Amino acid sequence: MPDFITGYLSSNKTPGEYGSVFWSLVYIFLIFLGLSVAVIAMNWLERKILAHMQVRLGPMRVGPHGLLQPIADAVKLLIKEDITPSAADRWVFWIAPVFVVITAFTVFIVVPFGPQHAVTDMNIGVLFMLGISSLSVLGVVMAGWASNSHYPLLGALRAGAQMVSYEIAMGLAVVSAVLMTSLDKDGTGTMSMIGIVQAQQAQQTWFVFKFFPLGLIAFVIFAIAMVAETNRVPFDLPEAEGELGAGFHTEYSGFRWSLFFLAEYSAMIAVSSIAVTMWLGGWLRPFPHALSGETWDTIFSLVPGVIFLFLAALSFRATARMSKHPYFKFQKLGLGAFGLLLALIGIVLFISTDAIDIRGKVQDVFWFTAKVAVFMYLYIWYRGTFPRYRFDQLMKVGWKVLLPLGIAVLILTAIGGIIF
Amino acid sequence: MAEIGILHYLIVAALLFILGVIGVLTRRNVVIVLMSIELILNAVNLNLVAFSRMWGLHGQVFSIFVITDAAAEAAVGLGILIAFFRNKETVNVDEVDLMKW
Amino acid sequence: MLSGIAVLGGILVITRRNAVHSALALILTLLSVAGLYLMLYAPFVAGVQIILYAGGIMVLFLFVIMLVNLEKSQKEEQFNKIWLIGLLGALGLGALFVGVFVRSARSSNDIFFQLLRRPLVAFADESNTQAVGQMLYQNYLFAFEIASLLLLVAIIGAVVMAKKRIN
Repeated sequence: MPDFITGYLSSNKTPGEYGSVFWSLVYIFLIFLGLSVAVIAMNWLERKILAHMQVRLGPMRVGPHGLLQPIADAVKLLIKEDITPSAADRWVFWIAPVFVVITAFTVFIVVPFGPQHAVTDMNIGVLFMLGISSLSVLGVVMAGWASNSHYPLLGALRAGAQMVSYEIAMGLAVVSAVLMTSLDKDGTGTMSMIGIVQAQQAQQTWFVFKFFPLGLIAFVIFAIAMVAETNRVPFDLPEAEGELGAGFHTEYSGFRWSLFFLAEYSAMIAVSSIAVTMWLGGWLRPFPHALSGETWDTIFSLVPGVIFLFLAALSFRATARMSKHPYFKFQKLGLGAFGLLLALIGIVLFISTDAIDIRGKVQDVFWFTAKVAVFMYLYIWYRGTFPRYRFDQLMKVGWKVLLPLGIAVLILTAIGGIIF
Repeated sequence: MAEIGILHYLIVAALLFILGVIGVLTRRNVVIVLMSIELILNAVNLNLVAFSRMWGLHGQVFSIFVITDAAAEAAVGLGILIAFFRNKETVNVDEVDLMKW
Repeated sequence: MLSGIAVLGGILVITRRNAVHSALALILTLLSVAGLYLMLYAPFVAGVQIILYAGGIMVLFLFVIMLVNLEKSQKEEQFNKIWLIGLLGALGLGALFVGVFVRSARSSNDIFFQLLRRPLVAFADESNTQAVGQMLYQNYLFAFEIASLLLLVAIIGAVVMAKKRIN
């Protein structure tokens, strides 16, 4: 194998740091793949979980328990006719979904899945992330304006105003987290995402629990602001179906709409990853210091395999409980095969010999993904539970509640850092 | 390029500056004039940051102040524009002549 | 290449008839200038440029363009009556710049020559933000406070001017 491929594997750096273009591309490709799978899974999970919260069943027909529903949705969107309104501004109409998708995906360059598993660890990672989030506002506003009709324009302006307001609260919460990184022995903080997780490791506490309750309040501010930033319930007035006829993406159909959809879910995953990195300890397993040592390490490293085996058991149970009618033969086969696949993945994740240590390598990425998955579940839970904010209430919360709270947390964190 | 150093960036900054000045002097739409002013400020910033490569970090610090000032001035300028637009429904610079004798 | 994109964006800003197209061209220029800052070893300024300029000021511009968007303004004459004089003035300025650059490249005891021939400072890559922050809070503290006061005044001014008059 040529040297530029193997040389990276033995070094302990991120591809950007090592300077290898090939491995950076591999990482980017893997991120694309992971994101696509995640968005598809989110689509299915959202419909099923919302349905179960509303005491109904959700999609059950397309594939066993609706597992092939996202694929059917994707096929439908791809073969839909691509309509461009005649009075719309052609260039801006074309570029708006592209812009939104680019900004949603670019954030993932700095997201660390492990101590060396980021595409590149920029020194100003946090600043970069905030900047790209503010660029996504531009994409939304462009989309609404380009459609040249009332409802999308109103939706886009409202969405833009909302995103800009909550960006400030997000920035303040992020600044207080960055402040906490400087509270270790040599007193210099860092804005690189990997550095923030390593600071949490060095200070032996996740930032959400630091200076209790300041870390918690900062985390809650960021959690609320990130829901508002991605235009999800309870802040989804700009895309509320009842009020505005789907808001700024009303005039888009087919593939362009699916780009907006992809960008929305990717943005959700992106801001959740940032919240996980900054407050919840990134790739660190729970209780890295309270329960440390070889035995606890081994127990925690068994968790990924156990979870996959549990999911496999669930699908086998669902197969057994399916109706005995002959029409259900293929669905039973499909679900059984899916369960078998999950069980296989679970068993593979147990392997930890000296030659191939899959269990050890998977740890960082698994804990990171698990925490992001908890956030995704929270997003869906909010959608099933909360009523929608009216727009003036929304702006009032953003400016009059979160902003002063953010400033107060920042000042108190700084004071706490000086005292302790 | 070690001998020429930062000349390349200075030329780009000068070009942007000239384009901004042309925009301010020749366009009729007030919003585009304001955007040309932003172009001018950007050119100045580029110049500052290029020179800070040679003379230390002072250029970068000052360019942060310039960006802040540009934000404040854009906000106030657009506020004036909105207030004017409410009275007279036009964004034409030539028609801002309420005080002409 | 980045500089080419920046200049192209600048040309598009001043020549488009539609104000929204001009705004998008300005965003392009701002992003390429941020890239140029990265090449000049100024990552903090690049980050600030993207957050504030491209993400904040341009959103402000787009909002206002949409508020005052008139069909009439697109059909009007878009260049001034005195555009030739403006162009000549700007080109004169350009000639001045060219003169400065040529002088600095030629003779060796000129002050312009000294200006451009200093050795480049080697920047420590990891701590640019920390160094800028230190300088901001130590040498330029007063200017920092004045800048925050300026922003406060600008906020109050903009709010007062754009308010609806309640008669």
